[in-house]
Amino acid sequence: METAQIKDYQRETTLAKQRLSIAAGVVVLMFCGLFFRVWFLQVYEYERFETLSNDNRIRLQSVSPARGEIFDRNGRLLAENKPVYSVEILPSQVDDMDALLNQIARLIHLDEQSVESFLEQVRSRPSFESQTLKLALSEAEVARYAVHQHKLNGSSLEVQVVRNYPYGEETAHSVGYVGRISQDDLAEIDREAYRGIRYIGRLGIEGMYEEQLRGKIGFEQVETTAHGRSVRVLESESPINGEDLILGLDIDLQIMARQALGDYRGSIVALDPTSGDVLAFVSNPVYDPNLFVNGISQENYGKLRDSLDRPLLNRALNGRYAPGSTIKGLVGLAALEYGISPASTEICPGWYSLPGSSQRYRCWRHAGHGSVTLQSAIAQSCDVYFYSVAQQLGIDYLHGFLTEFGLGRRTGIDLHNEPTGLVPSKEWKERARDEVWYPGETVITGIGQGYMLVTPIQLAVMTATLANNGTRVAPRLVTAVRAADHETVQELPILIKQQVNLSDPGSMSIISDAMQEVTHGERGTARAIGADALYRMAGKSGTAQVIGIAQDEKYDADKIPERLRDHALFVAYAPVENPKIAVVVIVENGGSGSGVAAPIARAVMDQYFANQSNEVITNETDTRVAIAQ
Amino acid sequence: MRAESRSHLDAPLMVFLIMLCLSSLFILYSATGENDGAMLRQVIRILLSFAVLAVVAQISPQTWHRWSPWVYIIGSTLLVGVLILGIVGKGAQRWLDLGFFRFQPSELMKLWVPMMVAWVVSRRPLPLSIPMTCLVLIVVMLPVGLVLLQPDLGTAILIAVSGLVIVILAGLRWRYMLGALICVAVAAPYLWTYLHEYQQRRILTLIDPWSDPLGAGYHTIQSMIAIGSGGSRGKGWMAGSQSQLEFIPERSTDFIFSVFAEEFGLMGVGALLAIYMCIVFRALMIAYAAQDTWSRLLAGSLSLTFFFYVFVNIGMVSGMLPVVGVPLPLISYGGTSMVTLMFGFGILMSIHSHQSLMNH
Repeated sequence: METAQIKDYQRETTLAKQRLSIAAGVVVLMFCGLFFRVWFLQVYEYERFETLSNDNRIRLQSVSPARGEIFDRNGRLLAENKPVYSVEILPSQVDDMDALLNQIARLIHLDEQSVESFLEQVRSRPSFESQTLKLALSEAEVARYAVHQHKLNGSSLEVQVVRNYPYGEETAHSVGYVGRISQDDLAEIDREAYRGIRYIGRLGIEGMYEEQLRGKIGFEQVETTAHGRSVRVLESESPINGEDLILGLDIDLQIMARQALGDYRGSIVALDPTSGDVLAFVSNPVYDPNLFVNGISQENYGKLRDSLDRPLLNRALNGRYAPGSTIKGLVGLAALEYGISPASTEICPGWYSLPGSSQRYRCWRHAGHGSVTLQSAIAQSCDVYFYSVAQQLGIDYLHGFLTEFGLGRRTGIDLHNEPTGLVPSKEWKERARDEVWYPGETVITGIGQGYMLVTPIQLAVMTATLANNGTRVAPRLVTAVRAADHETVQELPILIKQQVNLSDPGSMSIISDAMQEVTHGERGTARAIGADALYRMAGKSGTAQVIGIAQDEKYDADKIPERLRDHALFVAYAPVENPKIAVVVIVENGGSGSGVAAPIARAVMDQYFANQSNEVITNETDTRVAIAQ
Repeated sequence: MRAESRSHLDAPLMVFLIMLCLSSLFILYSATGENDGAMLRQVIRILLSFAVLAVVAQISPQTWHRWSPWVYIIGSTLLVGVLILGIVGKGAQRWLDLGFFRFQPSELMKLWVPMMVAWVVSRRPLPLSIPMTCLVLIVVMLPVGLVLLQPDLGTAILIAVSGLVIVILAGLRWRYMLGALICVAVAAPYLWTYLHEYQQRRILTLIDPWSDPLGAGYHTIQSMIAIGSGGSRGKGWMAGSQSQLEFIPERSTDFIFSVFAEEFGLMGVGALLAIYMCIVFRALMIAYAAQDTWSRLLAGSLSLTFFFYVFVNIGMVSGMLPVVGVPLPLISYGGTSMVTLMFGFGILMSIHSHQSLMNH
């Protein structure tokens, strides 16, 4: 028994030792396996993992440039980059988003729509990307938030730069506005150029000069953690800030002009005739462009879009009106160029009819003007004289001449989507309407009625070209570009679109004299505004029908609904010796051009000259200033 | 021999363990981001673990042998208790809170199971008969099943291995082992359906971690990038971008090896593996020299289980094995496994020193 047990014990010991030896061998093999595996990763596949490791830690971040700012001619800031406080939320650090939003909503005002769009961003973007919950907190909100911030994990107060228009609605139609880059934009723009840029110019100067204002983005190679937090910058390329734009606009004149327009819908454009600088660019009513910068609410947008007054319409650029009598000066010039003598007379019995036709074209003055010359016809705005002139010149001659002065064609102003307007011709009517041209249509074209449609900026260009002796200059809002270093200022060249060469250069001064008679003459339609002026101006009133008035029917403003009343127009330039400003005023449904529009034009010119250093006027009109004083 | 007999500590094993613990502190300083508090806690844990080792080594193997069935029964009972508390507390439950002290009964089962299995096996002459094998399997699978119910796959596997290793060391016939392997292979598809979905995904991503680089494969991929980008010389202490920039998940616990490999490279890994190999071989020598079957089987199980730990962890972080929650022994941050491991080394030393005494 004993020996058996000992034998068993020895057998057991041998067996276990044998197994332990085998196990030791297996352990050695497995250690080799581990070592081989690590060797495989660290030596054989080293380069691959080295690359992956660097891809992991190094991230290319864009650094956005500051958008160029926009100034008026006197250096007043019209579009700026304004730092504001915003509440940012890092979704990856938020456990319960609803609870957090509820907490924040107790401290600062959150509207439903912005919360919606915030949540949309959170859903569509990576969770380590911070999203803006609310921009531009009020001071009270900042204070309340700051007190409770320690309880609001995952949210933080940040300073963000937003685009701001200090003059708001005054510059809506000229400077325009930027908007946040949307998903739709991303499909169209060069994504690389906009990486890290928040805004894109949408309208006005902001849209037109997007390239210059945007600048060039810079890059930073940063080492980031797995959670996207930057640890240090490895390499960087600085962004190049956008260029500043300097406008010809005089913001004081702009504000005053819109005030002068009061509650009327309408437009005022003032140009420097020689340079084309836009001094004032008014379209009334207006809207606040700041609403659009960070996304306008559906409600606000609906209000603007559906308003009967159409505040979103840029009347100065896109409003198309019958020019009415405002083009009589130009038609008179066409008559002189055609060869009609300024001394020849026409009898105005109060109406005009074509030979062999019973159709009567009425003069605004039913009693008639009697015998009129070119000059008195312009001064008194006799329709019959111009019916006759138009009939003699024919539509094609008129079309050609008017077009040379910028009517019916794009002026070349630095804004997008400028319409051409319309100066009719036989060829146009056949092409557009497939109809023959009727002689009667020529007659009414002579007084700016019928098919003819012009924009305020076109009328301003026409007026400026008359003031500038036939040199038609493209109007421009931006006069100079200042590089981001704030030192090099590049003046933009004046763009001459056309030089009208008259067979008799003296014709120009005949028309100028006639248009001075309008404002200064004894029987001038707008003599009321010229009477006490310190400078001499040339002008022409106009009244454009909104509805057709039947033959022999009398126009009675009181009987017609307000929106169907005539548009009141006035064009003018001054001082006549060396014109510095050309003004167009269009008052929708204002009624009388000379009664309503002319005083506004006068007020604009007064303001302009009052703001100019006095030398401008005194140099050229010293005698009159002396007398007046 | 005299000094050794007085302290009951094994000098070579002590040296290797201390080297390992120092390496642990060194790499943890980097992996925890120079967190002094964490370092202090780890130092305290190490000292506590060595104290446990020293105490355990004083107790004679005979005493441990006597206690084997009782600690096994108490441990299994506590596992049931934990499960009941878990059901009451509605959620995964691994801890038992004794008010002043919280511990994981499953952790100590890594010791009680091999002790019990060795106790059962050594009662009958070897090699194992078939009924004995079945009895042993029941002894192993009961606690494994209870731990799986928690559920804690990593610990369950380690407990199972610690028991089954003894069966193999006890001379289970090769044909039985072959048969068991075939059985497992046949049963595998069936067992597959029993795995949690996340466990299935871990195994699937092992086959191709790049199929889901931001999801289930993320941990493995980032860990492999860390190891691979370390190269032969490493990126330098505290200079591993994968670890310092937080790309490695669980970098101070389960994935500490990735940090080590990234910062010290293949040379560092070679040194670390050498220390591990020395420990395992010293432990196997103790088993080899053991005087009775119980001691020999238990010592063999403790050494091989320790190696298994190392193999599973490094295999996991280097993308060879599925991700199971097994820390790198004595290097990973955390105390529970460290105390258990040192407890095991204490028993090993006790076996070694006490039989030396008997020899004298």
